Amino acid sequence: MVQTEATIRGNNSAPKLRAEHLGVVFDRDGQALPVLEDINLDVEDSEFVCLVGPSGCGKSTLLNAMAGFLSPTSGSVRIDGEIVTGPDPRRILVFQERGVFPWLTVEGNIGFGLSKLTHAERSQRIAHYVKTVRLEGFENSYPSDLSGGMKQRLQVARALAVNPDILFLDEPFGALDSITRVIMRGELLRIWQTERRTIIFVTHDIDEAVQLADRVVVLSSRPAQIKEVLTIDMAHPRNISSPRYLELRDELLKQIGLAYEI
Amino acid sequence: MNSLAHPRAWERYFWPVVAGALLLALWHYSVVWTGTKVFPSPLNVEKGIAELASKHVLWADIGDSLRRVAIGFGLAVVIGIPLGLWFGWNPAANQTVNPVIQLLRPISPIAWIPVAIIFFGVGDHAAIFLIFLGSLFPILVACVSGVSSVPPIFRDAGRNFGLSTRQLLARVVFPAALPQILIGARIALGIAWLVVVAAEMIAVDSGLGYLVIDSRNSGKRYDLVVAAMLIIGIIGLALDFCFRKLERIKSVRWGFRNAS
Repeated sequence: MVQTEATIRGNNSAPKLRAEHLGVVFDRDGQALPVLEDINLDVEDSEFVCLVGPSGCGKSTLLNAMAGFLSPTSGSVRIDGEIVTGPDPRRILVFQERGVFPWLTVEGNIGFGLSKLTHAERSQRIAHYVKTVRLEGFENSYPSDLSGGMKQRLQVARALAVNPDILFLDEPFGALDSITRVIMRGELLRIWQTERRTIIFVTHDIDEAVQLADRVVVLSSRPAQIKEVLTIDMAHPRNISSPRYLELRDELLKQIGLAYEI
Repeated sequence: MNSLAHPRAWERYFWPVVAGALLLALWHYSVVWTGTKVFPSPLNVEKGIAELASKHVLWADIGDSLRRVAIGFGLAVVIGIPLGLWFGWNPAANQTVNPVIQLLRPISPIAWIPVAIIFFGVGDHAAIFLIFLGSLFPILVACVSGVSSVPPIFRDAGRNFGLSTRQLLARVVFPAALPQILIGARIALGIAWLVVVAAEMIAVDSGLGYLVIDSRNSGKRYDLVVAAMLIIGIIGLALDFCFRKLERIKSVRWGFRNAS
């Protein structure tokens, strides 16, 4: 029931995030280098959107522009109708690796954005997110004592702790080994389903996109334009050997321009 | 058979002790064979240390030297770190002052002694000023380079959580640069200990440097000169050892590659 209401509200009201005619041109040694061209995209509240595209196409640039770390050359990004002019604690960017602060413990990292809360609220919030990302027992450990997967969970916990509306994830599992990566996808889905945030997730992994996203946005090679937006009409948990899954994956491979056979 | 790369536990202490003993023997027999009346043998020096230790003046001299280093080095830390953070953070400010810093840096603090005496007269303040000068530059330079090598990802993360520039400097840039700042501060402390001895030979009449020069001037007591030198060496070593302990603190240990 609650979910139906959310869906209805999502469909009728303005989108959570809207990119309009977004363009980014870099200046490389005095030469104009267009990276993004006329990107138009609406993302609904608590939607999970993946951005995929060939390497170097500008996926991360698009994410950085949406997160406010990069001013667009033309067009705009609006969140809740407001034009994005800079980074904001209401939307947190999770980096591929080395994003956690090595001089702080797990608790210190999770509590990093919570200095405005009272001590009691802060420790309660930290305890909650330690549990959410399953780092119990490591509260006082430093990142150097954690595995790569644990560090990424810690980064997600630090982001979630400030209660953001939107999480931007920039290939967050890209530096992990393939087994850990699969486990982390399950963890992220579990967190997303309980916490219900809007997630915009950059990946170069097609399987990752089909396993996670409500919609997959396919970007062309540079200058990136939106080539296709593919809706993944499968409920979670997704059977990754079902015909529908394989069909969607093949469709995505085709969109990116890859052959069916290696 | 043990590999050569892994000496046994007793060997790690045995061979350095043997080397030290051989050196002392060489020193002793050199004095005996040359028949010098001026230079002391190790036994004379040992008696000299005992003589100094039995006098209250030694402990007062050690205290004075340590106090000057603490104040001069402390001032360099308190002024050098914020200044270094600011220069490191503002490339424009850094470009403006960097040529002056690079020009002043290679000047030995000893060369500043006449200037220090003009400014502060003969006394404690001149000595402390020289120690401050000697320790300021290594701290400043380490701090500037530490700040500029903070990964952009940390700054971005800090900005994302809504920190102001001041908060960003205090909560992200400073702790991220701290391992490098500590390395600079350790070098600075070593220099401070070198400078205090030199400054005390000229600008004041107490401290270990004064003890060296006074032992020579009042009766050519070279046994006491060498004894004071050894005490200076031992205290310098102890200071460095204590400072290295700081590198083991967990919030900076990540920045020291070979620390376990």
